[in-house]
Amino acid sequence: MTNLVYFSSVSGNTARFIEKLGRPADRIPLFAKDEPLVASEPFVLVLPTYGGGDGNGAVPKQVIRFLNDERNRSLIRGVIGAGNTNFGTGYCLAADIIAAKCHVPPLYRFEVFGTPDDVNAVNEGLDAFWSTQQLLTAV
Amino acid sequence: MTLTDPVNSAQNDPAHTGGKLKLVSHVNAINWNKIQDDKDLEVWNRLVNNFWLPEKVPLSNDIQSWNTLTPEEQTLTMRVFTGLTLLDTIQGTVGAVSLIPDSITPHEEAVYTNIAFMESVHAKSYSSIFSTLCSTKDIDDAFRWSVENPNLQKKASIVMEYYQGDSPLKRKVASTLLESFLFYSGFYLPMYWSSRAKLTNTADLIRLIIRDEAVHGYYIGYKFQKGLEKVTQEERDDIKDYTFSLLYELYDNEVQYTQDLYDGVGLTEDVKKFLHYNANKALMNLGYEAMFPKTVTDVNPAILSALSPNADENHDFFSGSGSSYVIGKAVSTEDEDWDF
Repeated sequence: MTNLVYFSSVSGNTARFIEKLGRPADRIPLFAKDEPLVASEPFVLVLPTYGGGDGNGAVPKQVIRFLNDERNRSLIRGVIGAGNTNFGTGYCLAADIIAAKCHVPPLYRFEVFGTPDDVNAVNEGLDAFWSTQQLLTAV
Repeated sequence: MTLTDPVNSAQNDPAHTGGKLKLVSHVNAINWNKIQDDKDLEVWNRLVNNFWLPEKVPLSNDIQSWNTLTPEEQTLTMRVFTGLTLLDTIQGTVGAVSLIPDSITPHEEAVYTNIAFMESVHAKSYSSIFSTLCSTKDIDDAFRWSVENPNLQKKASIVMEYYQGDSPLKRKVASTLLESFLFYSGFYLPMYWSSRAKLTNTADLIRLIIRDEAVHGYYIGYKFQKGLEKVTQEERDDIKDYTFSLLYELYDNEVQYTQDLYDGVGLTEDVKKFLHYNANKALMNLGYEAMFPKTVTDVNPAILSALSPNADENHDFFSGSGSSYVIGKAVSTEDEDWDF
């Protein structure tokens, strides 16, 4: 188990961003027949929103299935969104919906598969975030 | 004339002197209950759910605002919109249609027909804006300008030339660059007006177009990458070189075109940043790394928030001002919360 969980569709943009981060990460399975992922440690979730609209269907059903598992929902600590500002109000909408429903902070957002600047910002941000988390847990 | 003598056959049409109009050679009844690539169905559904028509947008509420623009600003706006009309016309009539014969799945063919139709809706929607806001004489002048402006015509002819080439992957590159890059010198202006609370209904309509183009660019770019997986490394290298040289060629012309339009109102440099920002995303849609560095893609925040109210990075935790969030407070939700 790792501290990073992500969803990426067959187009693989989010998977590519995770690869560029170079941190261990678990992928939420694409197909219902696959073995479901169960988290055992606190994690940050990375997921895309593609296409905009009114919010219906913004969160992929695979991610809903993952978060419907109470063991997973209790360990989520933050969300990172992927998308494209050209989707307008739909930009990173799925991340916002999850942040609101799970009461965790939206940590960052990037477009398509992220620029090198995004990769640096997220790696530094995650390091700082997890050290703060450890301090809080220690108290 | 008989049924076997189509009006628009390639040999009758001087526009197709480069060769016969290519059509899919064999068609089977499309079975939507047997999907080879889930992305086809997903994008089809997304496009259908995003469907809109210009008649639904209350453009006439912009008449008063239009009258607050100076004559120079009005002319600029009309020229920008005729330029966009031309690109949408090309994409609807030639671009999206030219991709159909190269489709890997029958559902991909269907998605392109959807894209082609929507491009024609976009092209028509500019005429709705014109007929609501402008006089016939001004409309005629703007369309004449679109025929006479050398940089706009060059942009159109570069893309048209690539669409008539014989490489399916190169056609997808040209198409993605059109969808995800070439529109943005034009899209800038309604976002600019919107950020100043002008022509806000027109901006709502343009945002619908931008959203569609973003889905189109994403999908065609995805299909491009699938196609790239099937060719040799040598061909991949060749296509990458081709992509960047086409982008440079289009970019040089786009800078000229931007100067033609925006020098008079002093916005050229601001528009160029928007071009760089979107060129990076066009490349990423094709699977290539962004080319323009952060220093030249720092789009005016007012334009970004006109584009997407969520684009304001300051509400993200890593970006600095997220201190109001309580860290690590994981509140459980009920299962039915997820039943959207």
